[in-house]
Amino acid sequence: MANKHVITLIVNGKDYTLSVEARRTLADALRDDCGLTGTHLGCEHGVCGACTVLVDDKPVRSCLMFAVQAEGCSVRTVEGLAKGDALHLLQKAFWENHGLQCGFCTPGFLMLAAGALEADPDLSEEEIRDILSSNLCRCTGYQNIIKSVCLAANEMRACPPSADR
Amino acid sequence: MSWIGRSLPRLEDPSLLMGRGRYVADLARGAASVKFVRSPVAAGRILSIDVPDGELVFTAADLDGVKPICPILHRPDYIAVEQPILAKDRVMFCGQALAVVVAEDQGLAEDLAEEVYADIDAEDAIVDMEAALAEGAVAVHAHAPGNVLVEGVLRSPGLDAAFADAAEIVTLDLRSGRQSAMPLEGRGGVAQYDRISGRVTLYASVQMPHMLRTGLADVLQIPEADLRVVAPDVGGGFGQKMSLFPEYVALVWLARKLERDVAWIEDRRENFLASSHSRDQSFHVRGAFAKDGTLLGIDADLKSNVGAFSCYPVTCGVEPLMALAELPGPYKVPEYGVRSRGVTTNTGMMAPYRGVSRPMLTLTMERMMDVAARRLGIDPIEIRRRNLIDSFPHRSPTGLVYDEGSYKEAMDRAVAAIDLTGFRARQKEARAAGRYLGIGFSVFSERTGYGTPAYAARGMNIVPGYEIVSCAMDPSGFVEARIGSSPHGQGLKTALAQLIADELGVEPGKIKVFSGDTDATPYGWGTFASRSMVIAGGACKLAAGKVATRLRSVAAVMMQASEDHIVLEDGLARVTGTNQSLPIPEVARAAYHQSHRFPQSGPGLIENATYDPGGTFSNACHACIVEVDIETGGVKIERFIVAEDAGLLINPMIVDGQIHGGVAQGIANALFEELIYDETGNLLTVSLADYLPPTMAEVPTIEIEHLETVSDATITKAKGVGEGGAIGAPAAIINAMVDALSPFGIEIVRMPATPQYIRKLIREAERDAHG
Amino acid sequence: MKPASFDYIRPGSRAEILAALAAHGDDGKILAGGQSLVAAMNFRLARPEVLIDINGTKDLDYLQPSGDSLAIGALTRHAAFHKPVVDGPLGPLLAKVVRNIAHYPIRQRGTFTGSLAHADPASEWCLVATTLDAEMLIVNAEGERRCRAGDFFKGTFTTAVGAQDLLAEVRLPLLDDGWRSGFYEFSRRAGDFALAMSLAALKLENGRITEARLGVGGVADRAIRLHALENELAGKAPSRELFEDVAASAKAAIKPSEDIHASADYRRDLIRTVVLRALTEAAA
Repeated sequence: MANKHVITLIVNGKDYTLSVEARRTLADALRDDCGLTGTHLGCEHGVCGACTVLVDDKPVRSCLMFAVQAEGCSVRTVEGLAKGDALHLLQKAFWENHGLQCGFCTPGFLMLAAGALEADPDLSEEEIRDILSSNLCRCTGYQNIIKSVCLAANEMRACPPSADR
Repeated sequence: MSWIGRSLPRLEDPSLLMGRGRYVADLARGAASVKFVRSPVAAGRILSIDVPDGELVFTAADLDGVKPICPILHRPDYIAVEQPILAKDRVMFCGQALAVVVAEDQGLAEDLAEEVYADIDAEDAIVDMEAALAEGAVAVHAHAPGNVLVEGVLRSPGLDAAFADAAEIVTLDLRSGRQSAMPLEGRGGVAQYDRISGRVTLYASVQMPHMLRTGLADVLQIPEADLRVVAPDVGGGFGQKMSLFPEYVALVWLARKLERDVAWIEDRRENFLASSHSRDQSFHVRGAFAKDGTLLGIDADLKSNVGAFSCYPVTCGVEPLMALAELPGPYKVPEYGVRSRGVTTNTGMMAPYRGVSRPMLTLTMERMMDVAARRLGIDPIEIRRRNLIDSFPHRSPTGLVYDEGSYKEAMDRAVAAIDLTGFRARQKEARAAGRYLGIGFSVFSERTGYGTPAYAARGMNIVPGYEIVSCAMDPSGFVEARIGSSPHGQGLKTALAQLIADELGVEPGKIKVFSGDTDATPYGWGTFASRSMVIAGGACKLAAGKVATRLRSVAAVMMQASEDHIVLEDGLARVTGTNQSLPIPEVARAAYHQSHRFPQSGPGLIENATYDPGGTFSNACHACIVEVDIETGGVKIERFIVAEDAGLLINPMIVDGQIHGGVAQGIANALFEELIYDETGNLLTVSLADYLPPTMAEVPTIEIEHLETVSDATITKAKGVGEGGAIGAPAAIINAMVDALSPFGIEIVRMPATPQYIRKLIREAERDAHG
Repeated sequence: MKPASFDYIRPGSRAEILAALAAHGDDGKILAGGQSLVAAMNFRLARPEVLIDINGTKDLDYLQPSGDSLAIGALTRHAAFHKPVVDGPLGPLLAKVVRNIAHYPIRQRGTFTGSLAHADPASEWCLVATTLDAEMLIVNAEGERRCRAGDFFKGTFTTAVGAQDLLAEVRLPLLDDGWRSGFYEFSRRAGDFALAMSLAALKLENGRITEARLGVGGVADRAIRLHALENELAGKAPSRELFEDVAASAKAAIKPSEDIHASADYRRDLIRTVVLRALTEAAA
């Protein structure tokens, strides 16, 4: 068996020291080694986006990155989005607007939208739509996802990210 | 104040939004990893399977005492086939499990699986239905020469006369490509072995946990009581998670054999290869029309490719027999002849997928109407109006009874919403500018919420249909409803809580609905066939109503009032016409702890109820506008309208969500998704780079109009709505594309209507025009 | 779908990368963005013994206009091109093209140079490099060499980069203000691989095309630059007829590849259409 690497991941602001094989993807490390199972695996080839997390604030596919590559990076997952039980504006909008059904794709959409809107709070609906076309949802037909994200984007603009993060 | 009819945010959501959902893979920590070694060839004889020494690798030879999966239909035209848990002697399709390996983690399990070598004497595979039905074709199953596993035939006496009298006969040959329901979460199970009791708990991503337990116990020949099946949060199913799959049998067998926890989490490639498929159908249909557009009769030859095996419990009859029974749809069909066959091939097993046959049935009838209208010089809306059913109850030529619906009204609503007249003017202008816009309509019925009589009529050995609900108010005044249905993303628990809340006068937040755990819920059938709101909802209403009666009885004693004068609302038991009331929790506590005071009602607030309805028909009209790029063959959906009648809406937001998702899958069916085998039976589409579910960029805004016809067919007045979106959308889109391309005189005869297919049709039309 | 085991090396400098390549090149593989490589590894279609991760060498992430070209480092991500990166027509051209490369999260990791080294026939950057005649800087422990795009791409997933080489930098020619460009891609869904695409750049002076670049991608084992048709365009006034002729010639000139999404006949149709649309946009 290949050598294990001892690495430290900073996930949602907390340090996790892990011993992993090089082949362990970031997604598997988050799920199996950190116990953060909110990040889901839907295809393991970078298409479905269920595993989208923020690495140094950028939305990436955690199935296409090895955990060893994330050493020292700041990783944010869906578990870090709410402040305690206070939902993030995106989560709140998804809840109020039925932006999820089975919920399997939801963490990926939330993190994708969070990363994109933090990078550019002024994205237009068309730009948001283009960005959200990165991820697959099989239940909602996307209609309430785009609605939720656009409504949340408005609120996030009114209430700057630093205040709600 | 009623909770019914309100778009209440779902009770399920907060945990899912915070990443605290519990899907089956989330429960796999600590379990050994299971990987199946799958056949690389579609047909052949297994000569030997070499396995590495000293490792946990098992083949069919190890599965002593495990029976094959063999679902039964009591029909003389049905041939039962056995599906072994691991391939024995022969392989029947590419992806069939040959062996199973167990290792400490998934990576190691995959390493180990690579060391298993199967020597298979490959034979020519039967891949498509034409080859299977050809004279002298090799039998896929030796005992089923001719390769037809089920064949239904009906012929009304006046059919020939109808065709003889016809002013116009429309013949259609339509084809649907094979598709996957492709839930975003694949299949998977974690089997936990309890060393003390010897019991196995199987957590599995399934829609029918009780049925799965029965099937597993039968195949493994163990008592059901030694097995607990739990469906935790399920990441979508759409029918694909109904069946008893060999993988689950192997998993429970392994847990018992190894006396340890084992987990199998299907990957995407495996989901395409080895999970169930659907919609691989080929229809040859003739319609006889009178001069005024009246449909006189339909004569249909319907073929469904059911793959290598028959799915348990619904069997490979599910697509062919649905097709046979429901082709007439929302239309008056005085004379009907049909032959519907399920054809076996060396391909993946067909099983239900949202809509089951009806996307193709609706495409057939809706193309039929458009083509007949064109030939007879009648407006396409008018010809539909002349043929749609309009008196209820309506009895179809196959004996189905339709309750009240709004078939013509829904069409009128869609026509108005999409502004047909305005569109025709715009279409003309666009054509002058070289742009090809088209409009299409699709009117259909959706049979939902059907109980045991409907399934018994199919000759099923296992007859699903009823639901039992156990409803209890606990001493704290909270409500526990235990249901046999097993939702997988629909938001059923919220909608049921709204129903129960109205019965008991408590808010939905105080109602906990338990599902999916065979230890904690009454025997039931699960969630499929647009049934759960109607049937589990009906049983909830009945059970909660019985609890309410008990509550009123106890409250009446406590307040020295007549039972008839007690109303339950806003968390209180009130005596009408007075200001006397008690908080419901106080009444509940008394019912348990002071039961000696209530001899007539007895202790506690626990009731069971069963509901087993005959069924109800929802109906809808879909309308859409498309633009076809004639140079690329690409299609853009500009508008999509759904005029839907699902009876009384319990939670309109959830209903809309079901429609949105169904339409997106209908768009996929019409334009994007297809599982493609090569001629050797090797599946070419095993990644999401080749199998193409639509993204947000391909799904337009879906505009919904509701009609709410109330019928007595269900006690909640709700009709099912799970499948309609997927049923109606393909026909509307294809009709719109044909309309857009009408200058070329093109007939679209296959789905998905891909860009290359559309370009081929245009190329051929241009060649014909020039040559 | 877990990858086969491999050893992992993360060099901290260009020199260390080259040393690692010299030591492991035949069994090794550079890991840059990894957006194609890791997917292939998850399917076990790619099974490198050693992964040499260059993400630790931050100074390979650069974009530098120098002289008449734009130098792009080995770690420059696709997302860097979302907004124009240089003055003049090249910046907007690259910003237009990058929107067609997969999806937003993929573009945060995937690299420009990695796309060229991977050499997928449907890669947008390969089409840009071929059409604009990019210059590649290939280095190894022994030294360095430069080659032009025309000599760089050898076929599907095959380039002039050897096992012990690093594609260290790519230079795209800066286009002066007289140039205009058009790009058109047809794919099944947003972000999918191109079934066909075309890039056209036209230099216009006094209503005439003085110089042209025209390429087609996604239709054969590599992107194709249509030199003969560039010559046909040069010296003529842009017109619908001219572009129709050129598009028809492109269709006739290329023997297209086939797959489940596009037959050869269909790809021929698409070649005509994408060329016509790219040219029309460039001249608009």
